[in-house]
Amino acid sequence: MRAPCGFSPESDVSEAAKTLRVALVGNPNTGKTTLFNRLTGARARVGNYPGVTVERRSGQMTLDGRDAEVLDLPGTYSLTARSAEEQIAIEHVLGMHEQAPDLVVVVVDAGQLVRNFYLVTQLIELEVPLVVALNMIDEVATAPDHEAIAKRLGVPVVPIAAKTNRGLDALRDAIAAGLREPRCGTAPIDYPAALTLDADAVARALPDAWTSSKPARARALALWALGSVDEHDELRGIAPELRAACLERQAQPGRDIDAEIITARYRFLDATLAGVVRTGERTPVRKTTERIDRVLLHPLWGFAVFIAIMVTMFQSLFSWADPAIKGIEQVVLWLGAGLTAHLPAGILTDLLVEGVLGGVGNVIVFLPQILLLFLFLGVLEDSGYMARAAYLMDRVMRSLGLHGRAFVPMLSGCACAIPAIMATRTMERERDRLLTMLVIPLMTCSARLPVYTLVIGALFPPSRVFGLVPVQGLLMAIMYLFSTLTALAAAGVLGRTIVRGRRMPLLLELPPYRMPTLKSVVRQMFERAASFLKEAGTMILACTIVLWALLSFPRDTATSSPEPASPTAVEASAAPAADGDSRSVRLSHSYGAKLGKALEPAIEPLGFDWKIGVGLIGAFAAREVFVSTMGLVYGIGDADEASEPLRERMRSEAKNGKPAYSPLTGLSLMVFFALACQCVSTLAVVKRETRSYKWPAFLFVYMTSLAWVTSFIVFQVGTKLGF
Amino acid sequence: MSPTNPIARALPRSPSGALAPSFSLADAPLGKVFVVSEVGGERGFRRRLMELGLVPGTEVVVGKVAPLGDPLELVARGCSLSIRASDARAVRVLTRE
Repeated sequence: MRAPCGFSPESDVSEAAKTLRVALVGNPNTGKTTLFNRLTGARARVGNYPGVTVERRSGQMTLDGRDAEVLDLPGTYSLTARSAEEQIAIEHVLGMHEQAPDLVVVVVDAGQLVRNFYLVTQLIELEVPLVVALNMIDEVATAPDHEAIAKRLGVPVVPIAAKTNRGLDALRDAIAAGLREPRCGTAPIDYPAALTLDADAVARALPDAWTSSKPARARALALWALGSVDEHDELRGIAPELRAACLERQAQPGRDIDAEIITARYRFLDATLAGVVRTGERTPVRKTTERIDRVLLHPLWGFAVFIAIMVTMFQSLFSWADPAIKGIEQVVLWLGAGLTAHLPAGILTDLLVEGVLGGVGNVIVFLPQILLLFLFLGVLEDSGYMARAAYLMDRVMRSLGLHGRAFVPMLSGCACAIPAIMATRTMERERDRLLTMLVIPLMTCSARLPVYTLVIGALFPPSRVFGLVPVQGLLMAIMYLFSTLTALAAAGVLGRTIVRGRRMPLLLELPPYRMPTLKSVVRQMFERAASFLKEAGTMILACTIVLWALLSFPRDTATSSPEPASPTAVEASAAPAADGDSRSVRLSHSYGAKLGKALEPAIEPLGFDWKIGVGLIGAFAAREVFVSTMGLVYGIGDADEASEPLRERMRSEAKNGKPAYSPLTGLSLMVFFALACQCVSTLAVVKRETRSYKWPAFLFVYMTSLAWVTSFIVFQVGTKLGF
Repeated sequence: MSPTNPIARALPRSPSGALAPSFSLADAPLGKVFVVSEVGGERGFRRRLMELGLVPGTEVVVGKVAPLGDPLELVARGCSLSIRASDARAVRVLTRE
C-alpha cells in the first residue's frame, strides 16, 4: 500500500467546500479534446493562459455529486519546455500559478504506448496524482494488458474509446477514486550516477515554492530544469541561480545530459512495457493510413487532391458564404428601415440605425466565413490531413520563411483576413503565428473587389490588349498577383527583421487518419465564433460607431430637418433617394470631410483629392464602404460598385479643366487599397489574437506606409512617363 | 562511446565487437530498417526527436520523401514523423545486423 500523495498535505476544514480540479494532459492527436468534451458535456469556458497567446479551455463535470473543474491543457509530447508556451503544461500540472489540480488524467494513444508513456513517466516522477486513460482502445487489434501496466507503474489505467463513449463510466469512477485516494505511481528509472549528482545539485537551486518540500519532486524538477534551461530558452520565472546551476552542469566535458535523461527513461519504458505491448505490430489504423498516404502524398495525386481541397475550401469561403452574407446585410437593412420608420427622426435614431445596427451588422457579417473556415479547419485538423498539407507545402513555405501550416490561413486571406488570422492558431509557435498574421492582410480579400470593380469600371476603357485580353479582367488578375507577391515578399522581409526568430527545424508528426466527429468540429466552430463576437466584435462595433460619428457630425440643423422628405423633392431628384441627398450634405459638412480635406496634401502626391480622402476614411469600417461613401460624396445616394451614375460622376470629375481621375489615379488608388490596412476589423482581430496593441499598431503603420510609398511611386513615375 | 555505456550495448556490432560504420539518415535508402546510433542537431530539435522515441538503439525507417524533395517521413516505434533532409543529416544510423 502506497502512502497517499498529492498536493495539499495540510488539509483543512474547508476541504469539502473546495472545488475539485482535474487536468487533462496528453500528446497531440490522442483524442484529448474529444475526451474533454465527453467529460464536460456541452459547456466549456474558453479563455487564455496569462501572458501567452494560448487558449485555455475548462469545463465542469460532476463526480459523486460534487462539481469538478476540468482543465484541458495544450497537447504536448513532453513536459520539457523551451518557451513560455510550452511551459504551461508543467506550470499547470504543478499549480505554479493557480490552484494545483487534485488529479491529472493523462490521455494515451493505445496504439503508441511507449512514446505516449514518456509523458506518463515524467508525471510519475513529479509525484502527481494520476489516472491514465488508454484512449482509442478500439483501434488496436490486441488490446494491451492495462492491468499489468497499472500494476507495474502503480497508477490506475483505464482503457477507453472517447469517440464511442466506451469505458467512460469506468474512467469517471477511476477519477472519483483517484480524487478520494490519490495515487502517484512509481517509475524507478535507472539514471547514471553522474546525472543523479547533477540533479541533486540543481535541486538545491530550485525555489521552495516549486518543490512543496518533496525530495522526489525536487529531483524530477531538477531533471526538468536540466533538460529545459539553456542560453537561448524563452522560459519565464527561471531564477538566475537555477539557470546558472543548470548551465554549469550541462557544460561538464564528456556529458550529454539530454541524451542521458531521455535514454534512461526509454530504457525503463521499453523494459516495463515489454510483453505488455506488441512492438513492431502495425495497428489497422496505421495500415489504412499507409494506404491513404500512398495516394495523398503521391507526387501527382497528392498535389491534385491538395489543390482540389484548397479550391473547394476557397470557393466555399468566397461563394457559399455569400448568400448568408447578403442575407445578413438584407436583414440589417430591413431592421434599419423598420427602426427609422417607427422611431422619431433624430440623432438617437441615426445613432441606433447607422451606428449601432450598422456596427452589429459589420460584426456578424463575418460569421458565415468564420464558421465555414473553422468547419474546414476542424475537419482537416481532426482527420489528420492538415499535417499532410504542411508536409507537402513545407518546401515552398520554408523558402518564404513561413511555417508549412501557414498555407491554409494565407489562402483563406484571399476571402477575408478575419477568419484567416483566427486560423493562424493551428501553428504552435508564436513567431510563426505572428509572421503569418502580419502578411495575411496583404492578400486580396473579397472586400477589395467592389473597390477594384468600381475603379476599373469607372476609369479604364473596356478595350482589349492585342485585341484579345480584356484590359479590365487583366487588371483584376494583375491586382491579385501583385498582392500575393507583396505578401510573400513581406513575409521574407518581416521574417528576417521584425519577427526574427531562430530557424526552427521542422518536426511534424503525421498522425493516423481518423474520421472527424461532427460534434467536436461543430463545437469548435461555435467556440471560435463566440470568442470572435465577444472579443473582436465589441471593438469592431465601437470603431464603427466612431467612424459613423466622424462622417455624421457636426450636424447642420437645416439639413437634418425633414425638409428633403417633401414629395416634390423626391420626385424631382434623379438620384435614388432624397435620403441620399441629406446624407450627402451632412457628409460634406462632417468632421470626416474636414479630415479628408486636411489629408489632401498628404494624398495629393498619390493622385487623390479630398473626396477620395473621405472615401478612404469611410473605408476604414470595411473596404467596400469606400464605394458607398464615394456615392454619398457625389450625392448619388446608395451606390454600389456597378452603379453607372457613380462611375459617370467619377469619370467626369474635373480639375483645372482636365479629368480629375485618370487611369493612373485609378491604378494608384487600387495599389493603395491593395496595400493599406484599411480595415478596423483586421486590427481588432490581430489585437485579440496577439493580446497586445503593439502588433495591430505595427500592422497599421507598416501597411499604410507601404501603401503610401508604392502609390506615390506609381503615380509620380506614371506622371513622368506621361500617362 | 565506451562499451560500458548501456546505450552502446544496444547498438549492432560485428562479431569482432567493432561498431558498424554509421552514416547519416539523410543518406539512408528508403524503406530499409536502420538503427539510430546518434542524434545530433540543434538542442530543442534533438531533444524533441529523442523524446519522441528516436533514442540510440531505436529502429527507424525512412518511409518516403515529400513530392518536392523535402521533408522526409520517418517511421519509428510505429509513429510517423516528418523532418527536413538538412536536419536528418545530424541523425546517424547503422545498418541492422
